[in-house]
This record gives sequence, structure tokens and C-alpha cells, in this order.
Amino acid sequence: MAWTKNVLRVNLEAGTCTTEPLNLQWAQDYLGQRGLATKYLVSEIDPKIDPFSPKNKLIFVTGPLTGTMAATGGRYSVVTKGPLTGAIACSNSGGYFGAEMKFAGWDMVIFEGASPKPVYLLINDGKAELVDASHLWGKTVWETEEIIKTQHQDPQIRVASIGRAGENRVLYAAIVNDLHRAAGRSGVGAVMGSKNLKAVAVRGTRTDAYHLADPEAFFAATEAGKKVLAANGVTGQGLPTYGTQVLMNVINELGALPTRNHRDVQFEGAHDISGEAMHEKRPTDGKANLVTNGACFGCTIACGRISRMDPGHFSVKDKPQYHGASGGVEYEAAWALGAANGVNDLEALTYANFLCNEDGFDPITFGATVGAAMELYEMGVLTEKEVGFKLPFGSTEAMVKLAELTAKGEGFGKIMGLGSKRLCTKYGHPELSMTVKSQEFPAYDGRALQGMGLAYATNNRGACHLRGYMVSPEVLGIPVKMEPQATEGKPAMLKAFQDLTAVVDSAGICLFTTFAWGLSDIQPQIQAACEGDWSEERLLLVGERIWNLEREFNLAAGFTAKDDNLPPRLMKEPAKTGPQKGAVSKLGVMLPEYYQLRGWTPEGVPTTETRKRLGV
Amino acid sequence: MQKSLHIDPNKCTGCLQCEMACAWENHRSFTIAKSRIKVFTFHHEGRFVPYTCTQCDEAWCMTACPVDAIRLDPVTGAKIVLEPTCVGCKVCTIACPFGTINYVASSGKVQKCDLCGGEPACAKACPTGAITYVDADWTGLGRMRQWAGKTDTNPATV
Repeated sequence: MAWTKNVLRVNLEAGTCTTEPLNLQWAQDYLGQRGLATKYLVSEIDPKIDPFSPKNKLIFVTGPLTGTMAATGGRYSVVTKGPLTGAIACSNSGGYFGAEMKFAGWDMVIFEGASPKPVYLLINDGKAELVDASHLWGKTVWETEEIIKTQHQDPQIRVASIGRAGENRVLYAAIVNDLHRAAGRSGVGAVMGSKNLKAVAVRGTRTDAYHLADPEAFFAATEAGKKVLAANGVTGQGLPTYGTQVLMNVINELGALPTRNHRDVQFEGAHDISGEAMHEKRPTDGKANLVTNGACFGCTIACGRISRMDPGHFSVKDKPQYHGASGGVEYEAAWALGAANGVNDLEALTYANFLCNEDGFDPITFGATVGAAMELYEMGVLTEKEVGFKLPFGSTEAMVKLAELTAKGEGFGKIMGLGSKRLCTKYGHPELSMTVKSQEFPAYDGRALQGMGLAYATNNRGACHLRGYMVSPEVLGIPVKMEPQATEGKPAMLKAFQDLTAVVDSAGICLFTTFAWGLSDIQPQIQAACEGDWSEERLLLVGERIWNLEREFNLAAGFTAKDDNLPPRLMKEPAKTGPQKGAVSKLGVMLPEYYQLRGWTPEGVPTTETRKRLGV
Repeated sequence: MQKSLHIDPNKCTGCLQCEMACAWENHRSFTIAKSRIKVFTFHHEGRFVPYTCTQCDEAWCMTACPVDAIRLDPVTGAKIVLEPTCVGCKVCTIACPFGTINYVASSGKVQKCDLCGGEPACAKACPTGAITYVDADWTGLGRMRQWAGKTDTNPATV
């Protein structure tokens, strides 16, 4: 079967690494990755604990399709109680790290306790040990990865680590692997920092780590899947050419691009920071920002952006370490670092994105927090004296400076590291924080796209676009076209998306496959890899079970239906321009229906019957 | 017609489907550590380069082998390792100028690309056409065509 059936338990306090068999019943109930690790976390920690308490646990987890030839089969997730939200956190990453973990023979690594001194975990197939990391503390992600590979004389080691942001407990610190792929959201990197765990370094060479249930059926199913991806306009053309940045101009024209802390829904500088612009030759040096597209492990889509900056740009003029190519801006990062604060300088965005990768912090929450700070500054609430420099909307210099300060944890960067909810609350305007459950919105306006508004409000990890991507029906017409302002049918569609996404996130593959793949494309791949009967009905039930388990964790942590809400700006301030002009969120219309469809009480609590049906 | 692997790094995205296909073909496992083709990432240049044995005509690995464990496959032109004969002395790994023949500790033998008997799994798995299996005498055909297309046969009338 496609699980290695091995769990590595690392007690950071005692400094021990022990092996235990995977709970196979849970694998049958929760599939893998997101679902399975959530089950472990929920079973092992008190939901009410402080996320930075040693009692919190941090789980690195793969799925049954991770490390296989299934297209995009290289994902892993990090599951913990998140410090930004206080809710369940599950951040998914690509790159090559997840597959290596699987090849070393591990489905999951559970970190518990906190180490008395900085350490990193070194895994060499079945051998795992904690190694002193005092020489790595204070280093960036980029430095850490290089030092570990050099030190062990093995360039094939894969590393996932935190930078200074994680060490400084920036509440949205990320864990970055392979230099520029990140378990990006909810502050999983800060939890890692709180445990004095600098990195996880893995080398996997086992050929017997796991076995496919039916190799012949597996190749038939995965090859069919690859053909579907190649033939699809989004996964076969749009994403390889423009990356997720294919969306910038589309979303802007639709009037759904949140701009200047959601004051506006269209950005006049959208084209300057778009995927198309990344292809254009710069007037300064005649070269394009984009060097090439790159793939994560096993991915036949290859949406990743590899960018090279203009070495003459003010932000990097005397910093040759940023003159080489590295991970460029994806749509969410370009939006957050750009439109969210009114900055239209693609080179500056690329630099700030490099910093987010280099020191490990989430560009979405960071950029949105810059937008909130700029609004506070323009209102006169936040002053130049406090920040150290002027902070008007659209100031490239200010955005860049804040990125540098946040990376290093210096000056006003310390406040920035708290995220917009705490920033705005500190200055007396919590309503200006564009968040749900204290996590910042990504790049789609919840007024302009009603379904996305509902998706944000009900998301178990706070506002995010990766748990029920209603942009698909509302903008792209996948699987059916739904008008952005309509509410009818959206709660049902969202529920279906949320459950399906939970399956995808638990399988070891990338959510982006679902632009082309339906469950009927995914099911045969899981079926051929895993033992047992994995019908579509059962998979959707697994997805629903995962969604409800996450919900139960949050309810036990103290969240209520009141937290399934949107900021007043989206509820009351109409969209000013564009096709969605006049729109406010109709959340109140959709939420009761959503609860009902979920089998929850009007208070948003799963009924006894629902709990029984799902076995949660 | 003899064929050979043709690699166009500009088309490679670093997805490693080729490495998995190779490992599966020879080890029934996707563990890329066992692959005979490797994709190298030149991060700061933004380049991914697949690299494997080019099947030298005058194969130094074959010449250096003291037990004649490396033979020519007359059909494909591949230099193949006869595992039962190989004694794992590794002299071939020293002789090869390109590093494309390597020792496998778990078997005690060396391994190198054998063109999968004429149906290379890496080429089949490559989703972008970065690795193809083409007429050995015409590996330059694609590039020639590219330049031919730039030939101006209809000069501007200005």
C-alpha cells in the first residue's frame, strides 16, 4: 500500500526519536496528509493550549500519492495549532522535500515538546537524529540549506527550515523547503521556532519504503490523468505560461481585486504586476523578470515562476545575493505585496518575495498587513515617528523597508510581525483588519465574489483561498459558471469544493490539478495506490469527515459561529467600481443554508446525527 | 536506424518524472536516488538540466572494465552492464569522464543508462519533450529547423 506505515515521533525536550506504526484505521478514515495529521493532532493535544506552548505539536506529513509518478505527487503538509489564528493550521507545500520524506520511509514526523537549545532533525532513511543547530540559529533559510548540505557533504539532502522570521515568532512565519517552496500560511514556522527546531533535513534512498496496491492500474490511471492536465487550457497552457499570475488582469477586470486594504476592488497598476508583465522586457536592462517556469516534484503543470531581478533596481543595487534567479511572484504574493498596498513596481515585489522566501514569512499576510498599516497611517493614527518613515499607500520604498525590517525582526518590523489584526487592534481600529479568524484575505474580494466571501467566512484555518476555491465557478466557469453576485446554489457548491479539497490535500497531490481534474480523475489514482475500496462516495465522505474534525477542533478551541464572519468593510461598504460596483457581501443569506447543508445547528455546531454519521 | 537520447534543457521544468520512471524501470520503485538519469538544478541561473550517459562510441567504462561486464548492445548502441559479471570494482566509475556510471551499494554492482532496451522510460515520461529518443544521426535536426526558420527568404522591401 502507498503508506510507508511508519511514523517518526521526535520528543524535542528529551531529544529522542522513536518509530511507531501508522494507525491504519485512521489512514482508512482520513486517507493521509491533511486529514490524517489532523486526526493525530486532535487526538493528542488540548485545543485550548497556547500555540507556542511546548504542549503544542508540529506534524510534517505526506499523502499516499506523495513520492509517486501521479502528476503533482510531491506534496506535504505541516499541521499544528496556528499562532496567527488560534485555530487548526495546515499548510501545504510542494518542492522536493515531501517525496524525499516518503523515500526515507516516513508518512509522518510528529514533533512534541520544545528543545532546550536549537536543533535540527537529520533523517537518513531509517536513521533519525537531532543535531545541534546553534551555528544555524540566526541564519536565513537560504544559508541554512547550504550549510547543512555542505556540512554533511551531500547536495542531495532536502531541507525544510525556518528563517529569522520563524525564530522571532513572526505570527505568519513559514516553513520553506527547497529554497522557495513554502508551507506558507497561519504561522507554522513560528511554532517550529518556538520549539527551537531550525530545520528538517532528509535523505531518502529506500526502494522498499512503500508499495503500490496495483502498479498496472496505477500507471493507467496516472497517465490518463496527465493527459487530462496537458489538454486543459488552464493546466496545459495558462499555468505553465503565466503561472497563477494568469489571474491578475482577469480578476482586476472583473472588479474583484482587493486594492489598498480592500478600499477598492480594482487596481490601476494591475497590469504592471501581472503575469503578462513578467514576460515583458524591462526598459532598464532589456530583460524580462521571468526566466523560466519550474515544477515541483512530479508536476506536469509547472506553474512555478523563476525570476531574475533587474540588478540596477534600487532595492538590490548593492546586494549581489539577490541578482541571481530564484522563486518569483505567484498571483497571491504579487497581489498582497502590490495591489493590497497600492504598489505597482514588479521588481520591488520580486525583491520582497525573495525576502519572504529567504527569511520564511507569508507574503499574503505580510502584504495585507502593509496595506492595513498604510491605511492607519493615512488616517493619521499611525505616525511617521512610530514607523520611522513615511507610509502612504503606493509607497514602494516603504513596502520594501517593511519587508526588510520584518525579515530581521527590527524596529517597526516587530509590530508588522503580529499581522494586521493585532496591529489594527493595537491602534484602536480592529475593523480595518481584513481578516477572518485573524488571518488575512488572499487576492479575491469577498464582496465581488459572493461564494468566495462565504468560503472565507467558513474556512477552518481563517481566510484563505485554498479550502474551497469558489473562483473556479464564479470566474473560470469550472465545473459550471456561477454569476459572481448570485447566492443561489453557492453554499452547496462550496460544501462540495471544501470536501473535495480536503481529499486532494490528504492524497499528496496539488490542488491546482482540480482546474482540470474532477473526482473521477483522482479516484482511480488513489484506488490503484491504496489498498481497500476507495469509491468516489467514500472519498467525499472522508473529505466531509476531515472538514468536520477541523471544525470540532476549532469549536473546542473556543471559536463560535460569530467567528464565521467578514469584516464590516465587506458587509457594509459597497464595491466602488467595475462590474461588481455596489456589491456588499450577502453572507447572511448564505450562511444559514451552509450550516444546514453541513448538518450543523444554526449555531454552527455539528449535530449529534452528523457526528454519528461521520464518526467524528 | 540507431536512436539516441536527445536532451533539450530549455524545455526541462525539473519535475523529475524522468528520474521516477528510470527508478521504476530498474528498481520497481519511484525512489529517485536510484535513477540513472539526474536533473540538475542551477538555481541562480533558473536552469534545469537532465543528464545521463551519452553512450560513447569509444566507451571508456567498457574499455576499463577488467571483467568485461560492460558490453555493447548492437541493436541500440547502448553500453550495458552485465550484473552477474560485474564485480563492483568501480574502475569504470573512475574511467568515465562524465560521471554517468555509478556504484549501487545495495546491489554491489554499478549501473548506467542502458536505453531500456530501446524504449527509454525517461523519454516516455517527460511531459515537456525535454528528453526525446531520436535518430542518432540527427540530434541536431530540431535546432537546425529552428535556425532555418529564422532565415530571411523574403527580404523587406524598404
